[in-house]
Amino acid sequence: MRAADLATVAVLMLVGGVVLFDAVRLGIGWGTDGPQSGFFPFWLGTTLLLACAVVLGQIAGRKPRGVPFVTREQLGPVLKVLWPATALVVLTQVLGIYVASALYIGFYMRWVGAHSWRSIVVLSIGIPLVTFLVFEHWFLVPLPKGPLEQWLGY
Amino acid sequence: MGFEDLFLGFQHALSAQNLFFAFVGVILGTIIGVLPGLGGANGVAILLPLTLRMPPTSAIILLTSLYWGALFGGAITSILFNIPGEPWSVATTFDGYPMARQGKGGQALTAAFTSSFVGAFFSTLLITFFAPLLADVALRFGPPEIFAIQFLTFSAFVGLGGGNPVKTLVSIVLGFILAAVGLDIVTGQLRMTFGVTDLMQGFDFIVAVIGLFGIGEILLSVEEGLSFKGVATGMNLRVVLETWKVLPRYWRTFARSCFIGFWMGFKPGGATPASFMSYSFAKRFSKNPARFGQGELEGVVAPETAAHAAGVAAMLPMITLGIPGSPTAAVMLGGLVMWGLQPGPMLFREKADFVWGLIASMYTGNIIGVVMVLAFVPLFAAILRVPFAILTPVIVTVCAIGAYAVHNAMIDVWYMLAFGVVGYVFKKLDYPLAPLVLALVLGDHAENALRQSLIMSQGSLAIFMTRPITAVIMAAAIVFFAMPAIAPWLRLLRRRRARAVAATPPGD
Repeated sequence: MRAADLATVAVLMLVGGVVLFDAVRLGIGWGTDGPQSGFFPFWLGTTLLLACAVVLGQIAGRKPRGVPFVTREQLGPVLKVLWPATALVVLTQVLGIYVASALYIGFYMRWVGAHSWRSIVVLSIGIPLVTFLVFEHWFLVPLPKGPLEQWLGY
Repeated sequence: MGFEDLFLGFQHALSAQNLFFAFVGVILGTIIGVLPGLGGANGVAILLPLTLRMPPTSAIILLTSLYWGALFGGAITSILFNIPGEPWSVATTFDGYPMARQGKGGQALTAAFTSSFVGAFFSTLLITFFAPLLADVALRFGPPEIFAIQFLTFSAFVGLGGGNPVKTLVSIVLGFILAAVGLDIVTGQLRMTFGVTDLMQGFDFIVAVIGLFGIGEILLSVEEGLSFKGVATGMNLRVVLETWKVLPRYWRTFARSCFIGFWMGFKPGGATPASFMSYSFAKRFSKNPARFGQGELEGVVAPETAAHAAGVAAMLPMITLGIPGSPTAAVMLGGLVMWGLQPGPMLFREKADFVWGLIASMYTGNIIGVVMVLAFVPLFAAILRVPFAILTPVIVTVCAIGAYAVHNAMIDVWYMLAFGVVGYVFKKLDYPLAPLVLALVLGDHAENALRQSLIMSQGSLAIFMTRPITAVIMAAAIVFFAMPAIAPWLRLLRRRRARAVAATPPGD
């Protein structure tokens, strides 16, 4: 837990530093007609760095409890959600949301749930199809499309 | 203000079309509230793109009804599955889940829904009377007052939010920083983009909401394993009627919780402390406090009444000041902007039919809501019995669609994923997410108010101390900010005094 806490503070301080750097570039003072662009970010960056320093102090002042940020047993299922979700986003970029979500739902049902092939086929095709009708047809909200939709003339 | 306004509002809210939207909203909201990982805020966020082509009044009725439904749905998971969908449902699990395990799930659910309704109704009544008055006052506000109120908003998170106040501050500042990324509309300069074109449009808070609360919440909830376990509902008409016979006995708890809920609720982040406060008050004033935590009906009534009263009260600052009191209200505020409305006190002047339609729909939406959930609890609870391997990919897909549809941009889906991981890490490390979202929403607004104030005063911060209303609000905000530092001292002082009293020998 301590290591994760420290790592987060380090990242946040880095963010604070970047903000300050950019704020100084933009100008943190008074322009011709009011505060310059970097004025507000400068104070945000400063506050963030100060607050992070206090958090660092809190962490240093506390005895390490020895509780891990995430146990091996917890990390397994978390990753089992996270990487397929990432795969969905990658696939959406290439194939469009409809094909990607069909593959994603089908894969997940088989891999995690070991559902029967029949229900996998029905749901992994049915759910994207309903989505298509709701978004593209009824509400006219265009979603990312890929080669298949292009081939079908959408 | 007058009753003719409310009457006009009811004409809107009771039209067949809007009743239909309220109905759909409540059903969708309850489903969303029951689903793990989806709550009111991201439910509204995901649905927002679909409302673009609707008349604003119908759109807001759909979204607020969804919010009421989500609040009801949260009670179902807390009581039957011991999963608090939202932080303010945590107190409901204390007695709700034990009751369900003793086979009294029906009583617990009836009590929860009825209390929610009472709390919501109370707050709606107060909003009906106070909103126009507050809007009138707010009309006279200039930039310094607006900035002061926003300052107060965030100080309330630090002072009243509970948890680690410094980490709360970090969350707030991080939200403001994310809001500042992109084009500065005042000077036309690009900020913190470092030449990356994708960063020019900045971060949309709706995407952040979907990632932080949606994906992050799922990651957190699967840590305990890839399944959800629940207790049977045991709900039927007889149970409902019998519970209703008992409930009036708790009128004192109802009244107290309503006031706590409203009072805490119109301040940001107030719903969670309201539910806990109401629970502990109910326990303190109860004749048998030992039964709390074992499955006491009053222990369900108190937090639910307060949480719902607070949830509705969060709409008050949104419609009168343009400052949302909760993440869900923040998303709705974003909706107002997307529909071309300017949130804030002018709404009462220029879009009276919209505001009063919204207020009237709070009455109708909650009535529809309580009837629907009482009648269909088993159906809603059955959603959580859908196998995990189907539910999870569907929820993730819905989140991805919602994120994409905000700007039709693929980059937003990537942001959503990143926000999901951030949400997971922050939640585990006790960084609160609601202040981050609110800061992201209000960022530009707050910065502009600050800039305009400073322009008015030629750069002197004294402007926040010389205008009477601003000075009062600022003073309150500073007290809130200082609260975490003062509170331990006060407690120490009180304990010392108590010890001194106890140490005085009797008979002196």
